[in-house]
Amino acid sequence: MKEFRDKKVIQGLLKEIGKKAALLKRPIKIMEVCGTHTMTIHRYGLKKLLQKAGVEMLSGPGCPVCITPNEIHEAAIELVTSKTDFILATFGDMTRVPTKKGSIQSIVPAEGSRVQIVYSPEESLEMARNFPEKDVVFFGVGFETTIPAIAITVKDAFEEGLTNYAVLTALWIIPPPLRAIVQAKDIAVQGFLYPGHVSAIIGENPYRFIAEEFGIPGTIAGFEPGDILLAILSILEQIKEGKATVANEYARVVKAEGNLMAQAVMDEMLETKDAYWRGIGMIPKSGLKLKRKYAAFDAEVKYNLHIKAGSDELPGCLCGEVLQGKVSPPQCPLFAKTCNPDSPYGPCMVSFEGACLAYYKYTWR
Amino acid sequence: MCLGIPAKVVEVDESGIGKVDYLGTKVKANLTLLEDVKIGDWVILHAGFAISQLNEEEAQETLQLLREYTHIKS
Repeated sequence: MKEFRDKKVIQGLLKEIGKKAALLKRPIKIMEVCGTHTMTIHRYGLKKLLQKAGVEMLSGPGCPVCITPNEIHEAAIELVTSKTDFILATFGDMTRVPTKKGSIQSIVPAEGSRVQIVYSPEESLEMARNFPEKDVVFFGVGFETTIPAIAITVKDAFEEGLTNYAVLTALWIIPPPLRAIVQAKDIAVQGFLYPGHVSAIIGENPYRFIAEEFGIPGTIAGFEPGDILLAILSILEQIKEGKATVANEYARVVKAEGNLMAQAVMDEMLETKDAYWRGIGMIPKSGLKLKRKYAAFDAEVKYNLHIKAGSDELPGCLCGEVLQGKVSPPQCPLFAKTCNPDSPYGPCMVSFEGACLAYYKYTWR
Repeated sequence: MCLGIPAKVVEVDESGIGKVDYLGTKVKANLTLLEDVKIGDWVILHAGFAISQLNEEEAQETLQLLREYTHIKS
């Protein structure tokens, strides 16, 4: 793996990218869909190096913590502050997202209740088994990478007949917002760097429409600097040839058909719904919810939550624009002033995959 | 969020629950999303679940491509 980070290799690839880009109209705008790619691009200084080579990288909507709208975060806060003997389990980043009701980390849980940070959804299920006297809700957020893990966990709970376990779902699927971004025409994306681990689950086909309907090239990429640069070369090649396709640079992990077992468990447990994304708004069939058979494990049904979609954003926060590649983080008037990693104002500064945090840590100064 | 860690399978039981070794640390892993997973296989671990097996042949091909572009002899 060392070669994927080797200085000479990276220099060689950048030179090659510069040569290819010089044959095209610059700057060439490529969107990295995935937040983990955003982090690699900034951490290794590729953002500026690519700029010099004629390629402008735009950050996309690939941060599930960021795109989950306020109202769902607030519903989680409402649960743990109003219900006694209750455990709200979730991934660490989720606890720091600011809302008008504070963040999950800053609120005071009701009597006998608490917030528990977990690494895997299975840990939350284990808590439900260990504390039968408490109600456990897993605030489950994620894209296709994480969704199968959540689906299996609910399936286990269903099969065990647990009655004190439910999931507050914030499950998002990646291809629909890409269609929304392309159709909005606010930014002329010339190529997509497709996410590696989402693709490990869904495979190549779900992106096909971007090449076929819109003629925009794209390549699935791994997470090493060498992976990303190879994928960019592949996109430039496609642009030059005028042949848009879905290429796969990360074939060591991503099979063309994806992970069929993971797809099967998703199909078994979940169905699509129209969903609101922070900043982007309602996107048809872009979210997943538990099927009716499993409604007892859906926190929204179980606790009769009326989550009202489209609640106001945090005033002044441009996270929504950042997530669509319309605004670069330093263009936000709050960036590095009232909003910074120690005291984030918006979610894009919270998440390890948020574009604002990536800029702040690595590229801004 | 979609961070995945390459790790090596060191234990797996009949139900598909096992352990993987990540830089010397052994962690519990749910391997039920993979077919025919064996001890010694490399997998990508995400949120406690192995989501994919690493394919060595494909890894070599990508490395080869990398070397071609950068004119490094293997």
